Amino acid sequence: MKKYTFTDKKDTRSGFGAGLLEAGKRNENVVALCADLVGSLKMEAFIKEFPHRFFQIGIAEANMMGIAAGMTIGGCIPFTGTFANFSTGRVYDQIRQSIAYSDKNVKICASHAGLTLGEDGATHQILEDIGMMRMLPGMTVINPCDYNQTKAATIAIAEHHGPVYLRFGRPVIPVFTDADQKFEIGKAWMVNEGTDVTIIATGHLVWEAIQAGEKLAEMGVSAEIINIHTIKPLDEEAILRSVAKTGCVVTAEEHNRYGGLGDAVSQVLVTKHLAPQEYVAVNDSFGESGKPADLMAKYGLDAAHIVEAVQKVMARRNK
Amino acid sequence: MDLQHLENIAKQVRRDIVRMVHGCQSGHPGGSLGCTDFFVALYFHVMRHNAKEFNMDGIGEDLFFLSNGHISPVWYSVLARSGYFDVSELATFRKINSRLQGHPTTHEGLPGIRVASGSLGQGLSVAIGAAQAKKLKGDNSLVFTLHGDGELQEGQIWEAAMYAPHNKVDNLIATIDYNGQQIDGPTEQVLSLGNLRAKWDAFGWDVLEMNGNDLADVIRVLELAKAKTFKGKPIMILMQTNMGHGVDFMMGSHKWHGVAPNDEQLQLALYQLESSLLDY
Repeated sequence: MKKYTFTDKKDTRSGFGAGLLEAGKRNENVVALCADLVGSLKMEAFIKEFPHRFFQIGIAEANMMGIAAGMTIGGCIPFTGTFANFSTGRVYDQIRQSIAYSDKNVKICASHAGLTLGEDGATHQILEDIGMMRMLPGMTVINPCDYNQTKAATIAIAEHHGPVYLRFGRPVIPVFTDADQKFEIGKAWMVNEGTDVTIIATGHLVWEAIQAGEKLAEMGVSAEIINIHTIKPLDEEAILRSVAKTGCVVTAEEHNRYGGLGDAVSQVLVTKHLAPQEYVAVNDSFGESGKPADLMAKYGLDAAHIVEAVQKVMARRNK
Repeated sequence: MDLQHLENIAKQVRRDIVRMVHGCQSGHPGGSLGCTDFFVALYFHVMRHNAKEFNMDGIGEDLFFLSNGHISPVWYSVLARSGYFDVSELATFRKINSRLQGHPTTHEGLPGIRVASGSLGQGLSVAIGAAQAKKLKGDNSLVFTLHGDGELQEGQIWEAAMYAPHNKVDNLIATIDYNGQQIDGPTEQVLSLGNLRAKWDAFGWDVLEMNGNDLADVIRVLELAKAKTFKGKPIMILMQTNMGHGVDFMMGSHKWHGVAPNDEQLQLALYQLESSLLDY
C-alpha cells in the first residue's frame, strides 16, 4: 500500500497564501485582513498584487472580526488572518454576534493550529477551535490535509456564500494530494479503500493515517482511510457507507478529544449506525513547548498511536 | 422637513417606545427615550436612505449601525415610521415569533438592520468595515453609528478608535449617547470615562458635541458633521442626553435603563406624551 507518496514537503499555510492570491485574481471582491502576522499567514503575494484590497489591522483581533463583518455589507468577501487561537477563542463573541448570527460572508482563516505550532507552547497551540466553531449555527468548518488541499479549499471558500472557518498549520509536511484537485465543501475524500477498519482523519493527521495504513497492511489489516477536510457540514453518507462495510472506526485529529472531529463522527454513529469508535486526539490537556514531531508522539497523535487505536477498536468490534 | 413636524414624529416615537416596552413588560425605555431626537433627525432629515427597497449592501445609501443594541425600541419605531415595515408590527416587540427581537438582528430578516448587536463594543468596528468597503467601491455615501457611553468600557471600542484615524476612515460619523448612566448606576461611579472629548481628540478623531434632546441642535451638528466628512478624519459626536427624556418620572435615572412601566405608569407616560391609552 504505497498509493500516496510524495516528492515534496510544504506547509499548509503556504497553501493558504497561494490560494488567497488565486482567489483574489478570480474575484475582485476578495479582500484580506491581518492582525500583524502577514509573514506567518503567507499573505505577501496577495498584498503585492492587490495592495488596496489588503487591510493591516494591527494587534486587535476583535476589531478585525468586526471590520470584516462590516466589509461584507457592500459585497466584499473578507479573509481574516491570524493564529488559530486568536482567530477563535479570543474573538468568539465577535464571531458569534457580528459574523455567524448576522450571517456575514467572512472567511476566518487560521494558521498555527494545534500542537504542531511547536516551541511557542500552549498559549498559542489551540486545541479547542474546531469545537467552538462547530457549535456556531451556520458556520462551515474546514481543516485541509496538505499544501495542495489548503490552496484548493481557500479558492473554494471564496465562491461559497456564508461564514467559514478554515484551519491550517505551520510545519512543513508531505504534499500528497493533486495540485489541480476539485475541492468540494462537505464532500469527504476517500484516500484508500479497505474492509477491516475505517480511519477518519482530518488536517495533519491524514498523512499519519496513511502511514498507519501502510503499517496495518503489513500486519494484514485492510484499513479504509477517509479524509474529512470539512468537519461541518459533515459528509455523513461517506462515513456511514464505510462503517457499514468495516463496522468500526478510528477518528484522528490534532485537537482536544472533546468537541472536534471525533465527537462529530460519534454523533453520526450513535444516531444512525452503532459501531465502536476510538479517538486519536489530545486527551483533554493543554500542549507544551517542543518540536512538532516530539509533541505529536508525546500527545498520542502519530501513526503509531493510530495503529494502536485500530487494534483496540477491532478487538472491541470482534467481541 | 420642518422642525415642528419632526417634533411631532419624535413625540409619536416616544409613545411607541413606552407602549412597546409595556406590551411585553420587558426592554429598555430609558436610553430609547433619550436617543429619540437623534434617531428622528437621522432617519427623517439627515440620512440618504431607501426604506421602500431595502437591501443589505446599501450601495449609494447612507448606512446606520446601532452598537448599543438594547435601545432597539427607538430604532424599530423609527424604522417602521419611516417606511421599512408596517407600524402594526411594533406590537410584536420581544414576543415569540417576532422579527422585533429584544436586540436587533439580521437573523429574522427585518428590513433596515444590517448586523446584529447587543453584546456591546462591536458596532464601531463593523461601521469602520462598512465605511472602508464603501471607499473601496467608490461609493461616496456615509456611515453613521450610535454607541452608549457605558459601552466605551469595552476594549474593542478603543481598538477601533485607534484604527479609524490611522486609516483615514473619514466617511464615518460616530455618536456617543453621553447620558452618564449604565445599569449599575452613574458611569462616574461604575467606571469613570474621564475626559471623553480629550480622549477621542487624542486618538485623532474630529470631535463635536451636541445637545441630543434639542432637535434643532441635533440637526445643526449632524449637518456640520456631514460637512466635515472626506477631510481625512473620522468624526465623533458626543451627544448629551437625558435618559428617559420626555417622561418625567424616568428622566435622568439609571433605574429606567431596563425596566418596563406598569399600567399606571404607562398611562402617566402617555399623558405626558400627549396621548392616551385609547389611541393605541
